[in-house]
Amino acid sequence: MNIMKRSGRVALLATGLAAAIGFTAGAATAAETVVMAVPTFLTGAGAPAFGVPARNGAEVIIEAINKGTLPAPYDKSGKGLAGRQIEALIYDESGGGVKQVAEFRNKVQKQGVDLFVGYISSGTCAAITPVAEELKMLTIFPICGTPRIFEEINTTPKYVFRTMGHATADGVAEALYVKANMADVKGYTGINQNYAWGQDSWRDFDLAMKQLMPAVPASDKAQWPKIFSGQYGAEISALMLSEEPLVHSSLWGGDLEAFIFQGSARGLFRKKKLLFSVADTSVYRLGKKVPTGVILGARGPYGIFAANVDTPLNNWFRKVYIDRYSTPPVGGSYQAAQGVLAAKFAYDKAAAANGGKFPSTDQVIAALEGATYQGIAAEVHMNRSNGHQAATIHQIGILEWDKDAGEPIMTKVATFPADCVMPPPGVNGTEWLKGGMKGAKC
Amino acid sequence: MRHIDKTVVGLTIAFLALLFADFFMAEWMRFIGLQSLARGTVALGLLVLWRTGLVSFGHALYFGFGAYAAAMLTLLGYHDAFFLVFAGTLIAGLLAFLLGFLLRRYRAIFFALLNMAFSMILYGVIVKTEALGSTDGFSVLAPTFLGYAPEGEAVQTTLFLFTLVFTYLITLGVHLYLKTTLGGMSMAVRENEIRVEYLGYSAEKVIHFKYVLSGLVAGFGGAIMALAIGQVDPDSMANWTVSGEFVFITILSGIGNVAATFVGALVFELIRTYAFEYAPQFWQFILGGSLLAIIMFLPDGIWSVLSRLRKAEKAPSP
Repeated sequence: MNIMKRSGRVALLATGLAAAIGFTAGAATAAETVVMAVPTFLTGAGAPAFGVPARNGAEVIIEAINKGTLPAPYDKSGKGLAGRQIEALIYDESGGGVKQVAEFRNKVQKQGVDLFVGYISSGTCAAITPVAEELKMLTIFPICGTPRIFEEINTTPKYVFRTMGHATADGVAEALYVKANMADVKGYTGINQNYAWGQDSWRDFDLAMKQLMPAVPASDKAQWPKIFSGQYGAEISALMLSEEPLVHSSLWGGDLEAFIFQGSARGLFRKKKLLFSVADTSVYRLGKKVPTGVILGARGPYGIFAANVDTPLNNWFRKVYIDRYSTPPVGGSYQAAQGVLAAKFAYDKAAAANGGKFPSTDQVIAALEGATYQGIAAEVHMNRSNGHQAATIHQIGILEWDKDAGEPIMTKVATFPADCVMPPPGVNGTEWLKGGMKGAKC
Repeated sequence: MRHIDKTVVGLTIAFLALLFADFFMAEWMRFIGLQSLARGTVALGLLVLWRTGLVSFGHALYFGFGAYAAAMLTLLGYHDAFFLVFAGTLIAGLLAFLLGFLLRRYRAIFFALLNMAFSMILYGVIVKTEALGSTDGFSVLAPTFLGYAPEGEAVQTTLFLFTLVFTYLITLGVHLYLKTTLGGMSMAVRENEIRVEYLGYSAEKVIHFKYVLSGLVAGFGGAIMALAIGQVDPDSMANWTVSGEFVFITILSGIGNVAATFVGALVFELIRTYAFEYAPQFWQFILGGSLLAIIMFLPDGIWSVLSRLRKAEKAPSP
C-alpha cells in the first residue's frame, strides 16, 4: 500500500504539472479583436538599428488603424481590421531559427494569434515558412530578403506572404547602378554575412554583374563574417589589401555600424568605393560619422529615399514618427509599416467582398493574393510567386552630407521599375540572372 | 519475497498516464512536453556521468550531432521517424565511443572543458558550411511512422507517443543499468578511483561505457528535438549555451532518481515559456534567478523535495 502511495507520487510529480496546465488552458481568444503577433529584434545586434525602428513603424500604423486615423487612401475604411481592433503582441526575434519556430508554435497554440506580421532576419523567415504553412497561419514577412523563401522552401505558398522585393532586386539594381555610374570599375569584391541573406545578396549582385559588365572581374576572396560577430579587423585588412576598388556589402543593423566604425578608423572608405545595400538604417543614427560618397540602397524606395515623397500617407507617417521618436523613419520602419498595411488592406477588402461581415482567413488570403495596394512610400504589387511575393520600384543613390540642413541626403538617385529588377512571375531568380535577365522592362 | 522497485512502478504509472494524456493535452502543452522529454533524456545521460563525478559542458556535441544527423537524412529523402531517430542516436553514440578513448583519461574541469572544446568544433563546422545553411540551419519536414504519414495535429500526437515509448524504455534501461554492479560503480569511481582499480575494475572502462551511454541518449534527444520543432540550427543545437542548459536541467533536477531529469526539464521549459511570455526582455534573468534559488534552497535539486517528504512521513514511527 505504502509502495503504491509513493510511486503514485512519483507519477504525480511527472504528470501533475502537465495535467494541471494542459487541460485547463485553451487558447484564449477574445472574439472582437484580431491578435497580431509582431516578432522583431528587441535585443542583440539586430535591435537598435533595425528591429526597434521596425517595431516603431509597425506601432505607428497599428495605433492609427485602431483609431481610424490613417490618411488617404485608407481614410474611408473605418477603424481596425475589418472593424475589429488589433491586439498587437510584439516580441523578440533573437535567438535563432529553432527558438523562433518553437515560439511561433507557442504563440499560435497557446496565445491564439490570428496573424503574424514580422521577422527581419532571412534566417528566421526561412525557418518559419514551413511551420506557418503547416499550422495554416497567415504570416506576412515585411522585411526579410532571401529569395529562397518562395523559390526553394515553398514554391506554392498559401499562408505566407512577403510585402517587399527580395535580394535579387537589390543585386540587379546595384549592378545597373554600377554600370551606369562606374563604367570603368576594375573589379569588385564583397563582405557579406555568412547566412541566407548575405549569401543570396552576394550571389545575385555577382550574377547580375557578370551579365551587365562581363569584363569586370570578381574577387575570389570575398569576405564572409558570421552574422552578429561585430568584429571585422581581419576582414577589413583583407579588403584593404585586395586589388578590387569596389566593395559590395549587405551588412545590416549593428554589424553594419560596427563595420563602419572599424573601417572608418582604418581609412577603408577613403581607399575603396563601398556599396551598401541596407545601410540607410544607420545614416541618421551615425550622423556625421557616416561615410559619404558611398553607394547606398534601402532595399527599395524606403527610409531616406522617401524623405521627399509628397503624398498624404507619407507626409503623415513621417510627421507622426518623427514627433514620437525624434528621429526620421528608416527603411525598416517603412517596411514594417508596409507589412501591417497589407493586413489592413486585405482584411478590409475581404470584409467588403463578404458583405461587410468579418472575413475568414481564407478570404483574407484571397483578397491579398495578386493584389496591388498602397504602401507608405510606393505601390506594392503582389504579383510574383502566385501573388504572394511583392514587387516595388527600387532606388539606389550616393550618400552625401548636406551641410546647410545638417543632415544626410541622397544624391544621383536612380529609380528602377519593379519589372526591371525583379524576375518575372514564375521565373527562378538565379536562372533568370544566368539566362541574361530576359523580359526585364527597364 | 521479491523487492518491488518503486521507481519502475512510478515510471510505468507516469508513462501510462502520459500515454493517455497525449490524446487530451492542449497542443502547446504537448509541444512543451515533447521538448521536455528530449531535453530530459539528454540530462539523463549527464546524470549518469554526474554520479561518476564528471560534468560535461559539451553534450550539445551529441545533441547537435543527433539532430543534424536526423535532419540531414531527411534531406536525402528518408522520413521515417524510427530510422531517423535510430540513426541519430547511433551516430552520436559512435562519436562518443571514439572521443571516449581520449576523454576517459580526464577528470574534473579538464573533462568538462575538453567536451566543450569538441562541441565548439562541431559548432564551427556547421556555421561555416553553407550547404547546411550556416547559422540559419534548415527545416526538417514532418516525419512518417512506418508508412503512416500523419497530418496536422496528428503529427505531434504521434511523435509524442513515439517519443514517450522510447523515452520510457531508455529511462527504464538506464535505471536498471544503474542498479547493476557496473552501474553501481559510478559512486565508487567518484569516491575513490584507485580502490576501484584495486578491486579489479578499470575505472577508465567504466567511464568510457557511461560516456557512450550519455552520447547515445543525447543523440536521441537531439533527433527528437529536430523532428519536434521541424528546424535545426547551430545556435540552438550545438552551441555551448545549449550544453549549459543541459547542465542547468541536471542541477535543477538533482541526481537522486532517473525520473528527476524529466521533471527538471519540464520545469525548465515552463519557466522559460512563461518568462518569455511575460517578460520577453528579461527571461534570462528569471531563468538564472530560479537556478540560484534552487542551488540555495534545494541544493540536491527538485527531487530532494520528495525525499524530504518521505522522511517527514517516516518520522513518527520509531
